[in-house]
Amino acid sequence: MTGTTIRLQGCRKAFSDGTVAVDDLNLTIEAGETLAILGPSGCGKTTTLRMIAGLERPDVGRIFFTDRDVTRLPIERRDVGMVFQNYALFPNLDVAGNIVYGLKIRGLSPAERNKRCAELLELVGLQDHGKRRIHELSGGQRQRVALARALAPRPRVLLLDEPLAALDAQLRERLRSELDQLLRSLRITSVFVTHDQGEAMALGDRILVMERGRVAQLATPRDIYQQPANAFVASFVGNLNAFPVIEPTAHGLKVSGGELPWKGIPVPKTVYCRPEHLRVMDGAGHVRGRLVGQFFQGAQSRLLVDVGAEQPLLVDSADGVIHATGALIALAIEPHVLFTLHS
Amino acid sequence: MKRTTLFIAQLVFTLLVCAFMLVPVLMSLLAGLTRNYFVGVSSGLTLDWLIQVWQSYSPTVWLSLQLAVACAVCVCVIGVPAAYALVRMNNRFSRAFEELMVLPVAMPGLASALALLLTYGQFGEFRSSWLFILVGHVLFTLPFLVRPVMAVMQRQQLPTLEEAAASLGAGPIKRFFSVVVPNCRAGILAGVLMVVTLSLGEFNLTWMLHTPMTKTLPVGLADSYASARLEVASAYTLIFLLMIVPLLIALQAISARLSRGERR
Amino acid sequence: MTTVPLNVQDVSSRRDVLQRLRPTAAWALAPAAAVLLAFWLLPLAHLILLGGQRRDGSDTGYWQVLSSAQYLGSLVQTCILAAVVTLAALLVGGISGVFLARQQFFGRSALVALLTFPLAFPGVVVGFLVILLAGRQGLFAALGLELAGERWIFAYSLTGLFIGYLYFSIPRVILTVMAACESLDRSLEEAAHSLGAGHWRVVCDVIVPGLAPALVSCGAICFATSMGAFGTAFTLGTRLNVTPVAIYNVFTNYANFTVAAALSVILGAVTWAVLLLARRVAKQSGAVF
Repeated sequence: MTGTTIRLQGCRKAFSDGTVAVDDLNLTIEAGETLAILGPSGCGKTTTLRMIAGLERPDVGRIFFTDRDVTRLPIERRDVGMVFQNYALFPNLDVAGNIVYGLKIRGLSPAERNKRCAELLELVGLQDHGKRRIHELSGGQRQRVALARALAPRPRVLLLDEPLAALDAQLRERLRSELDQLLRSLRITSVFVTHDQGEAMALGDRILVMERGRVAQLATPRDIYQQPANAFVASFVGNLNAFPVIEPTAHGLKVSGGELPWKGIPVPKTVYCRPEHLRVMDGAGHVRGRLVGQFFQGAQSRLLVDVGAEQPLLVDSADGVIHATGALIALAIEPHVLFTLHS
Repeated sequence: MKRTTLFIAQLVFTLLVCAFMLVPVLMSLLAGLTRNYFVGVSSGLTLDWLIQVWQSYSPTVWLSLQLAVACAVCVCVIGVPAAYALVRMNNRFSRAFEELMVLPVAMPGLASALALLLTYGQFGEFRSSWLFILVGHVLFTLPFLVRPVMAVMQRQQLPTLEEAAASLGAGPIKRFFSVVVPNCRAGILAGVLMVVTLSLGEFNLTWMLHTPMTKTLPVGLADSYASARLEVASAYTLIFLLMIVPLLIALQAISARLSRGERR
Repeated sequence: MTTVPLNVQDVSSRRDVLQRLRPTAAWALAPAAAVLLAFWLLPLAHLILLGGQRRDGSDTGYWQVLSSAQYLGSLVQTCILAAVVTLAALLVGGISGVFLARQQFFGRSALVALLTFPLAFPGVVVGFLVILLAGRQGLFAALGLELAGERWIFAYSLTGLFIGYLYFSIPRVILTVMAACESLDRSLEEAAHSLGAGHWRVVCDVIVPGLAPALVSCGAICFATSMGAFGTAFTLGTRLNVTPVAIYNVFTNYANFTVAAALSVILGAVTWAVLLLARRVAKQSGAVF
């Protein structure tokens, strides 16, 4: 079965009080791809998901599922599967009743419904839970039932609204990998919304970072992390160190606290790097500063080093060395990890 | 499209229901002011019927007002402490008491009135005074004060406030009047308005308990519906509505303010 | 930051305060308890006993009622009328209530206010309004005269009583439904839509079950009110065979206290049983929700 491509063309949505939630959005989601929509609250990610679902209609623009214009279709005719943030399971039906709800509407016979229900219960690992009532289930179990219910009618598209937000941290980790395996094996076109960048990078084939209703960047997780398009994306996904350039030197750039190795003709105003790329050196390094903070995070430690700039540098160090506060720290960096940004 | 036709259908339906509610009331208002109902509005508008009603039936109006005020006072004196007790106790006993308190409202008013008559009817003085009716009204309206006041007390987390006052040395009576009552003012006000409205309109109990000397407004209305001209009956109804509607408006305003405070 | 160690003395004195507060609170219940005891419980007990008495050597009040086709008939008729009114009010009030709760339009709050004022009208006034609508000189009489050449009069029959009871039941349902709608979870409806359910399907599968507890308890109150209503029937004519009217007739016209007492107790018992049943049903479905 060939998958469904989702295309948004010039979509715009404003609310009754005038705020523009989504402004001129053009987006193509490939068949079988999992797209993560990431951004701060109010950036329009949920509105975008709801427009794809059919719960909101764009004021301007069109939405296509493969070649079919679905802009005017309400959600009940779009053949999408949707998992809601708080699962929205029907309390008056048991687990099996919830799962087969969509099948009942499509007119499947009881035998077919039961067969499909058993398939899905096995898929999500809830084999003997068919007769349980919703209020008896734990958070993780409810999430799985919501997933099973959305997938039962074999929808063309799977949409998830912050699927793991309502779970505690431990459970979230576990379900994240289960969800990842599931989405990969199903090869269904899916779109999910999240504000958790770790989740977006783990589950998404591509990430759409949104800011104030507009596309900030649409790329693979690796590209977004290593080559962020602008300052917003760079600071939203992962942490960032900024080095305002004082002046160019023979071998690089003079910055507060030292000199960075830089090859290239256009001299940028600021260069950036990620915390894990700064190495703590025993002897000399590229920049030097005083330790003002140290946080043990298990696998690594985060150091805050004051080099005389506005903000201290963030350094993620896995060497396990405990430094004294105020000690002099030397940091080295490879030239290829430095990058520049457009704002 | 489909959504809009549904909206229009529901709107029309609701407007029809509204018409069902309003049209008779408007007819009654008009009839009370028309010179001759059979002829219609063309016979001219007049206040004569209102004047006639007032001349014949004003004692009922005064008695009803007297009863309503007395009922409100009694219910406050009995009910506010009761609400306080029920909120503080919050155990099986208090829940059973709440059930008991609601029974005179849930059960047919006629039955309660009959019971009162058969038990206390022999005390002639009591039976023929307006206090007999007052007892019935108090029984019927008590839950309508206690419930809102309880709700407000629970929302204000009264037990905690009280413990704070007690820790500062206030005795029970002082706590009641300086902490409990002032903090429930809104609930008491809403309850009192409800009680007054209900007392003014109470009929089921009052009809059985009244005597020709103690006729309330609804009793008078029943008399006029049976015996008087339509215009007189309508004018009488108009007077009743004039008394009730401002109270209802005030009640709605207070409840709106209460629920808004809750949301904050 | 160092924590202040809790003094053992402080803890025990706080517990003392709490214990002292509770028995004092119970005393505040005394006046209400006294009033209810003296003026309701006692008379009720007296009424129940009275129904079991024999008058002039005939049967007990209860037996007279239960063995009389007329009294039983009026009881059954009252129950049926109350049930039909409740269902009609739930349907009409339910539709209007959901509509008013969900939609915003100009004049909405005024419409709501107008629809709920009749709650405070006494039964007699409602009876009068029914006469104005459907009595001998009523609106429908004039309408019938215009359209069909004969007056449409139905105020003085059970139909008129039905209309009257509907008149004060609909506002109650509307208010309850509007309040219940506020607490409905919209995402359930969206989920049902996402699975392909159309509008009416969602109403049946999601909205009605969601409103069910409120509808059941409100329906019970409407039923109880219609069972015990007297003023409306009184205004529309005491020939109507409903139990409250029967009680009134027996008491005033025949001074038959035992039968009147028995009828009252039975009427009250049926009403109370229905309320209890409704509460149990609501609690059961409440556990699911």
